[in-house]
Amino acid sequence: MELLSGADMIARFLKDEGVEYVYGYPGGAALHIYDALFRQDDVKHILVRHEQAATHMADGYARASGKPGVVLVTSGPGATNAVTGIATAYMDSIPMVVLCGQVASHLIGEDAFQETDIVGVTRPVVKHSFSIRHASEIPTVLKKAFYLASSGRPGPVVVDIPKDMTAPTERYEYVYPKKVKLRSYNPVTRGHTGQTKKAVELLLKAKRPVIFAGGGVVFGKASEALTDLARRLNVPVTTSLMGLGAYPQGDRQSLGWLGMHGSYEANMAMHHADLILGVGVRFDDRVTNNVSKFCPTAKIIHIDIDPSSISKTVRADVPIVGAANHVLNDMLGLISEREQENRDDLDEWWTSIEQWRGERDGKLYEPAGPGETLKPQQVVEAVHKATDGDAYVVTDVGQHQMFAGQYYKFNQPNRWVSSSGLGTMGFGLPAAMGIKLNYPDDDVVLFTGEGSFQMMMQELSTCKQFGIGVKIVNLNNQSLGMVRQWQDLNYKSRHAQSYMESLPDFEALLGAYGFRAITVRTPEELEAALEETFKHPHELVFLDVQVDPREHVYPMHVPLGSMRDMLLSKTERT
Amino acid sequence: MRHIISILLENEPGALSRAVGLFSQRNFNIETLNVAPTDDPTLSRLTVTTTGDERIIEQITKQLNKLIDVVKLVDLTEGAHIERELMLVKVKAYGAQRDEVKRTVDIFRAQIVDVTPGIYTVQITGDASKLDAFLSAVAPVGILEVARTGVSGIARGEKVLSV
Repeated sequence: MELLSGADMIARFLKDEGVEYVYGYPGGAALHIYDALFRQDDVKHILVRHEQAATHMADGYARASGKPGVVLVTSGPGATNAVTGIATAYMDSIPMVVLCGQVASHLIGEDAFQETDIVGVTRPVVKHSFSIRHASEIPTVLKKAFYLASSGRPGPVVVDIPKDMTAPTERYEYVYPKKVKLRSYNPVTRGHTGQTKKAVELLLKAKRPVIFAGGGVVFGKASEALTDLARRLNVPVTTSLMGLGAYPQGDRQSLGWLGMHGSYEANMAMHHADLILGVGVRFDDRVTNNVSKFCPTAKIIHIDIDPSSISKTVRADVPIVGAANHVLNDMLGLISEREQENRDDLDEWWTSIEQWRGERDGKLYEPAGPGETLKPQQVVEAVHKATDGDAYVVTDVGQHQMFAGQYYKFNQPNRWVSSSGLGTMGFGLPAAMGIKLNYPDDDVVLFTGEGSFQMMMQELSTCKQFGIGVKIVNLNNQSLGMVRQWQDLNYKSRHAQSYMESLPDFEALLGAYGFRAITVRTPEELEAALEETFKHPHELVFLDVQVDPREHVYPMHVPLGSMRDMLLSKTERT
Repeated sequence: MRHIISILLENEPGALSRAVGLFSQRNFNIETLNVAPTDDPTLSRLTVTTTGDERIIEQITKQLNKLIDVVKLVDLTEGAHIERELMLVKVKAYGAQRDEVKRTVDIFRAQIVDVTPGIYTVQITGDASKLDAFLSAVAPVGILEVARTGVSGIARGEKVLSV
């Protein structure tokens, strides 16, 4: 039997749980824990420069690996700084465990120094939270936190740890709990057999079916089953932004992603479909446009592990609560015994789709010629080429995010990392760092803008300390591009606060941290800069790419319209 | 439509605020709320009356069920059920009105539980509409204070909400 203090239990538990990195920032209430981490070598701590970055690092790692990221912060401002990152993870269902120091139990409620009710503050943006009330319960509570964060529909879990719970003088028996049970939490895995059969019947008869895959396919490790099913049935596949990579985009059956800035063919196909198989998606407003005009002729099969996602915005005709990989494999099993009667209908459906594809082919944007100012889209395409489409691609939020999603083609899941639900500017750099740290030999590319980047640029210092060689592509249009685009479209180009005056000299800024920045203006310069960037896999390089600030992201849904109502360029609409 | 949802909740700190916070967070409506421990010390029973169309009620039950602290719940209005609320009312009672209040109390099968020269304190149980009716009946006399527990309820027959 081993007696450990609460702080030592935390360090030891993290090791036993297989945690390699903890991202965090020390402070008074967390000091016992920091001391415990100092006295061991198994769990490594990454010191960020702002707690929000710690959560995004953990988040980036979680998105790439599927495992929960772990954050350690102190009470009060340490914990409140983490809130944006917790909310970001919550909106995108990302597994994360956030350990927050808290003032000592006897001070709670007295407005003590650095006291915040962080369980209260984070309540609407966590899957669950715990407060430690006795040091001896630390191993069990932590196990519950990891179990909750990573099972069912994943999400962030906060553990609030009053300082006296980690006091070095109080020692208790430590046993690593291999399993925990919560009587009120039994996430389903297998879907309802009758419903699954019904879904298969519909799929075998549909004339104009579309598969719509989301983050639930990526994080539910269901990409293979989904790809199998789609190919077996010859059904087109579109994904949500979160679902990029769930189906190989190089494949003929891929329609790209759908929604507000989704592809023309994906939105057209959805609108005309007679059957939509939604898997691990939540039909959010950036996908559906006006719900009452959404896919008027389609029956909807909706597979999701979270019952509350089903029929929340769009009524499902065949709801199936279950894990995507289980349900899809069940469907594959059922289909293998069946004749597919709708082959001819599907040929006709593909003819329509190919026609939609052809209508926009080569019309998406006008690339800059030699010596001209670069278009942001072509920068993404060039990076795609330079990385063989195989990099981890992380984004911040705004136009560059949409361009990255549109023009970097993903052939595998867990490679696209972007704050999709909350849309957190500043997410990109730390998220990319979290991935590069854990996958040092892979290329990790951050597409960012000068607006987003400046929200978290202090983390360059963390990159320096830990030698994190992310590749940063700053699509610099000297303005908050997406805000500006909306102002162009809806506010007669009154650019209220969407400009970025007094931008730093990025070469000098990066230089101050000992990194290289290359300013890029033309296609020729871009090619040379990219070659230089990816020559040294472990070196952080910052490309400050001056792009055309007038560029808009298209297609774009017409507000309050249906899926097919899109602006296609500054002068065309459907 | 009005629904009565009864919830068995882990008797843990913060559990109640999670359940109640969900309503404001997701723009659901709470008309009454009643919460107390059960015979099982690890569980509280929380009863909420709320309104909404079918889609909203479905979301309310699903979102509540998703909370880790919610062990089980039932929408009592889906079947036959008994609903009760308890109310304590201080009513002005002097002169001729003293008898009038007493008569109204009898008609409603309520009880006078405390008396001063000018005030009756009345205890009444029933469903919400009965309590509303009593308040309208005594309003002309003068209501001084009202304390209602909010609705509590239980299903009729063999159905049991337990772990």
